[in-house]
Amino acid sequence: MTAELDEALLRSLTPSVLGILVRRGVDFAAAEDAVQDALVEAVRVWPADPPRDPKGWLITVAWRRFLDTTRADVARRRREDLVDEEPAPGPAPTVDDTLQLYFLCAHPSLTPSSAVALTLRAVGGLTTRQIAHAYLVPEATMAQRISRAKRTVSGVRFDQPGDVATVLRVLYLVFNEGYSGDVDLAAEAIRLTRQLAAAIDHPEVAGLLALMLLHHARRATRTAPDGSLVPLAEQDRDRWDTTSIAEGVQILQTALARDRLGEFQAQAAIAALHADAPTADETDWVQIVEWYDELTRLTDSPVVRLNRAVAVGEADGPRAGLAALAALDDSLPRHTAVAAYLQERDGDLATAARLYVEAARKATNLAERDHLTRQAARLNARR
Amino acid sequence: MAKYLLLKHYRGAPTAVNDVPMDQWTPQEISAHMQYMRDFAARLEQTGEFVEGQALAPEGTFVRYDGEGNPPVTDGPFAETKDLIAGWMVIDVDSYERAVELAGELSAAPGAGGKPIHEWLELRPFLTEPPTITE
Repeated sequence: MTAELDEALLRSLTPSVLGILVRRGVDFAAAEDAVQDALVEAVRVWPADPPRDPKGWLITVAWRRFLDTTRADVARRRREDLVDEEPAPGPAPTVDDTLQLYFLCAHPSLTPSSAVALTLRAVGGLTTRQIAHAYLVPEATMAQRISRAKRTVSGVRFDQPGDVATVLRVLYLVFNEGYSGDVDLAAEAIRLTRQLAAAIDHPEVAGLLALMLLHHARRATRTAPDGSLVPLAEQDRDRWDTTSIAEGVQILQTALARDRLGEFQAQAAIAALHADAPTADETDWVQIVEWYDELTRLTDSPVVRLNRAVAVGEADGPRAGLAALAALDDSLPRHTAVAAYLQERDGDLATAARLYVEAARKATNLAERDHLTRQAARLNARR
Repeated sequence: MAKYLLLKHYRGAPTAVNDVPMDQWTPQEISAHMQYMRDFAARLEQTGEFVEGQALAPEGTFVRYDGEGNPPVTDGPFAETKDLIAGWMVIDVDSYERAVELAGELSAAPGAGGKPIHEWLELRPFLTEPPTITE
């Protein structure tokens, strides 16, 4: 009798199993390798022979794997003292272990791409091959990226407190820049953020989780069957995932009630206002502009100011939007695309068409480039 | 986390500083050049930034559709083609600055006299997937 492998369960156990090995005195890099081997073994064995205690099974197999590797490694002979006998069970794994793993994998000494890769493997339990496929690089390259990342953090003490903000930036990257592959990175980012939210009580963690859920809810409507982008105003709102929206809104409200506002809560609030509008025309743009003002105070990011100009254009008319846009550096990504849109709304179709062409040339992603080219073509056909 | 193409030209790039055709190098200089390219790729694999590299034959064929029922038309190679690609390397790096740094290193590959060629490489960003969060 073979059972379906519960990969989600398997991967959710990764951080605590890894935490236990580290608590037993195994260095992080070796522990991570051992746990990865145990996960691979589980994928092989569990379908035919599911363990009664999955976590205990993983701990035992990872520990043995570590012992085997260490014994085989002559250079590490001195470690024999440490590993010769089965250790006392040690302190029970705590929620803190999971949290420490997040901190370690998002350590500020890592580059963003290294932190992302290490988080997906050590916290997420994905294989190197899966991560390599997801980011469209060869497996050998991803393996090196991960092992370098592990070397980089090898001197970091496991119980050192970390900065939640760095972890959130990594999870945001996984969600926002998720490429296609056999791993659903957006869903994985949500899973990891949910797991983090269970390990630490922090309004910005909740804010990011809400933000992800609210955007994920629109996913099915963001692209047409042919892969082309569907702008927010044209999305079929009946197909938005109401369960995901309800959960996102509820998490956000609880976070906001604590009165410790941060950028992710503010971004989630904007997403919630869009989710709340039954039609695009009923969007509460005035409130959205207020949230952008809040976000500007929190981050002072030029991208936020650009998005604010779009919102001003909707709330107070395209002229007001163009005035807000005029105050911004025109080398900002998507600046020209926003100008084109506002010019079209203002009725200057010739200028809009010219700007759409220019914006398409500057686009950094294929779907957006094609979308902008289509906008230019649509206006040119009308004139 | 952005992919870039480092494009090497047979023709069409601005003139290199050490611009001597390869057939006038010594065999050892050619070997040293090839070794440099291999070492560069190996080093990038170690840093987790290498995606792929390929070299192209200098002569190719132009092909186009010629209507229903007809075989494709071929033409060329054209000796006068201005822009001729020699090969490429694809890298996956954290920033544009890092991509420029690496292109600079690759351009330092040794040529005639064992001196860096200072060859002009073209650096082109890949178009990506659209971000999930847009507003």
